[in-house]
Amino acid sequence: MTSAPSDPRLADSTMATQNGQEATVGEQSNAHIALKILIAGGFGVGKTTLVGAISEVRPLRTEEQLTDASTGIDDLSGIDRKSTTTVAMDFGRITFPDGITLYLFGTPGQERFWFMWRDMVYGAIGAVVLADTRRLADSFSAIDFFEHRNTPFIVAVNCFDGAKRHPVDKIRKALDLAPETPVVMCDVRQRDSVKNVLTTLVQHALNTDTR
Amino acid sequence: MESPQERRIGPAAGPLVRPYALTGGRTRPQGIRLDLVTVLIATGAVSDEQARMSRHQRRLLELCRTPHTLADLTAEMNLPLGVVQVLLADLHRQGLVEEHREAPLAARPDPLLLKRVLDDLRAL
Repeated sequence: MTSAPSDPRLADSTMATQNGQEATVGEQSNAHIALKILIAGGFGVGKTTLVGAISEVRPLRTEEQLTDASTGIDDLSGIDRKSTTTVAMDFGRITFPDGITLYLFGTPGQERFWFMWRDMVYGAIGAVVLADTRRLADSFSAIDFFEHRNTPFIVAVNCFDGAKRHPVDKIRKALDLAPETPVVMCDVRQRDSVKNVLTTLVQHALNTDTR
Repeated sequence: MESPQERRIGPAAGPLVRPYALTGGRTRPQGIRLDLVTVLIATGAVSDEQARMSRHQRRLLELCRTPHTLADLTAEMNLPLGVVQVLLADLHRQGLVEEHREAPLAARPDPLLLKRVLDDLRAL
């Protein structure tokens, strides 16, 4: 990677690290590199919990243009046909001491949000498709989306309390995954488990690049 | 343009103003295309149009005195993403903010960068 000339305006700037400490990053030529990972999955699968387990969660307001296609799904009777609605999206931020900040964006899983994903996926490290074994079908559209765009992705199966455990092979088959797509079991409430999910994705993205 | 009068019914409710009233009705940013993780920084330049800047644009410019991503700015402003994009594109057009980019925008990050992120994550 080429090293950029150091920017004097950055010399005094500080960024809060994950545990709230202040770290001076101005000395490094590669300070302020922001990278992103998408966390996709159906409603209530634990996206926000996952992001919150490893970073501070902040809300992001977006606006969804309602089209005729979605008026059939939502009950919008009495509301003007051409209207916008705010979609609250979550994101988390992990600031590393070397000037890299990793952003985690939780994205709504339904197909009608694909217009948002298209912009978000560009430049991303990859995506985590968060799945729930009780509702595996909720993951299909996300998997389709990333497969078609050759975006590196992994499937993380959230093991809810009391949810029946399924062997990875069975899940892989049910989701019709390519053999190289990693599947990991996780507990989105546990920091180490989430760390494992993210590490698996980044490793997979690297493998995909060098293959 | 005068900034629209805002009334609040409570801190949780947000301003009682249609979001795109803040952008003069525009829904698409002009010129620059900003990604959620595009890092923006104030250039320190002075623009003729500065006097006519809205309160929100002033606040954005202030925030950009230290590098901020579009995602951070949007969360900080508590405005819809599309609105912040339009306001920032104006500031960019006036030469008041610029992108801080280490590498050219690519569909996927550089493998060397991925290796660093991997090490960073493992060290968490």
